[in-house]
Amino acid sequence: MSGAVMEGKAHKLGDHVNTDMIISATYLVTIDPVELGSHLLESHDPEFVAKMSPGDVLVGGVNFGSGSSREHAPVAIKGAGISCVIASSFARIFYRNAINVGLPILESAEASEAIADGDDIKVDLAVGTIEDMTNGKKVSFPAYPEFMQRLIDEGGLINYLLKQDA
Amino acid sequence: MSQSRKILARHVGRELLEPGELVEAPVDLVLANDITAPLAIEVFEKLGRENVFDRDKVVLVLDHFTPNRDIASAEQCAFIRRFAHKYGVNHFYDAGEVGIEHVLLPEEGLIKPGNLVVGADSHTCTYGALGAFATGMGSTDIGAAMATGKAWFRAPEAINVNVSGKPRRWVGGKDLILFLIGKLGVDGATYRSLEFSGDGISRISVDGRLSAANMAVEAGAKNGLFPVDGLTVEYLREAGVTAEPALSEPDDYGYALKVDIDLDGIEPQVALPHLPSNSVGVSESPNVKLDQVVIGSCTNGRMEDMRLAAEIMRGKHVAPGLRLIIIPGSPRIYRRSMDEGLFEVFLDTGAIISPPTCGPCLGGHMGILASGEKALSTTNRNFAGRMGHRHSEVYLSGPAVAAASAITGTITDPGEIV
Repeated sequence: MSGAVMEGKAHKLGDHVNTDMIISATYLVTIDPVELGSHLLESHDPEFVAKMSPGDVLVGGVNFGSGSSREHAPVAIKGAGISCVIASSFARIFYRNAINVGLPILESAEASEAIADGDDIKVDLAVGTIEDMTNGKKVSFPAYPEFMQRLIDEGGLINYLLKQDA
Repeated sequence: MSQSRKILARHVGRELLEPGELVEAPVDLVLANDITAPLAIEVFEKLGRENVFDRDKVVLVLDHFTPNRDIASAEQCAFIRRFAHKYGVNHFYDAGEVGIEHVLLPEEGLIKPGNLVVGADSHTCTYGALGAFATGMGSTDIGAAMATGKAWFRAPEAINVNVSGKPRRWVGGKDLILFLIGKLGVDGATYRSLEFSGDGISRISVDGRLSAANMAVEAGAKNGLFPVDGLTVEYLREAGVTAEPALSEPDDYGYALKVDIDLDGIEPQVALPHLPSNSVGVSESPNVKLDQVVIGSCTNGRMEDMRLAAEIMRGKHVAPGLRLIIIPGSPRIYRRSMDEGLFEVFLDTGAIISPPTCGPCLGGHMGILASGEKALSTTNRNFAGRMGHRHSEVYLSGPAVAAASAITGTITDPGEIV
């Protein structure tokens, strides 16, 4: 099972993180995840990609992923090597897109509030826990239904559907 | 039951749908554009189908980075062009047929009341102005829908927006929606339908309703929906679509919230940086010096917007150094603006007339802002960096305030200069 337990540093963002901020429209001339990922959150902080490491976690407040329907946003997050996104709430289209491309997203206001920028985070998707190793706080969230966990493990909706066909 | 859930229920052969129910429904139209289609096509091809589900129900519009901005966008358009030809997609809009998708599709008669429409563009919700259930999705969902003709939906709860009163001069659909988003917040309608009703609706033109429904997503809504009245039927008739008025009033069942808006109480609105919900009356707007004004987009690139702008600008000149960019939203609107003499007014005013494109709205091309620059725009999003440099600012308004402000160079109530 890929990535059921994830560890990385938290990058704390505010409320209403929009898809223009995640990936500027000017870069929507490629569908390559790594290239998209190289511009992740550039309009928020031009040095963001240089500061992060693979496995790190994005932590947002309310309405994460609002705005445009560009699927390039969760693709860029994954492409940069972010392991999962934790937020108090997600915008509708982003939620759907993230699941479809196999990016784990966790809705937890409790975790979002407990985590500070730079904290070490451990997420266990199968058990359904978010642990802040820096301050010792542990938050549970309902584990994904089995089909959704399989969908994420397969890397998104299409691979999941193709596997079912086979 | 909400009107949106009624449309969804009809598509799955059900009488009733409870909020939260998951259904897989056949769709009437599937849309993508030059930035979202490439990913959707990749998904479609992975599924290995011989054909798109219906050659008349897939729509591709090359409107975002066209006329091609650079080599990368040219390659994306070429990729989509090959796909459209290979699969015989009948509604493929390229070259001189390109209009801004959400301006173009209603004009082309592709949207009918009661339709279920999905598009790989968040502003697909525009079509709710014509009584369709229309919502934006990502490229994977749209690629799958191109192949199967189906999508899954969570039946939404609804918010009823009851509109009464008579709009004062220079107040239209854009002011109604900016005011509403100010009340609800940018996530106030998340996962829900925004359904408009009330006698005030009859005093908002169809162009104005398209502006209002367009921005339903800026409150987080899944869709926006207007009743189909005599004005809608007339609009559709011009587009070659026959329809009957359907004026069912919302019942009390299944509306999570009711919001009352009295049009008499609304002045022209301006949304301050960096959220569409930062709306204030134009009289309370700060006195900022503008570098650029944009009149156009899928929100306000229609005939009424062009006429309003010309009415205000006639015989005047833009403020020194200000860049006024006017974008008629479709070839039809472009020609009509020319035939009505509006281009003469625009050119005399010192405006730049752009071909139909999404261009500057999303910081694509044709009007990008430098660091520290400020723009007033009739578009739909004012997020930091949306129109260019991350340290630029965008203010949102309707076309009347935008036109008046282009003349004075600062955010201005049209009543002050007309």
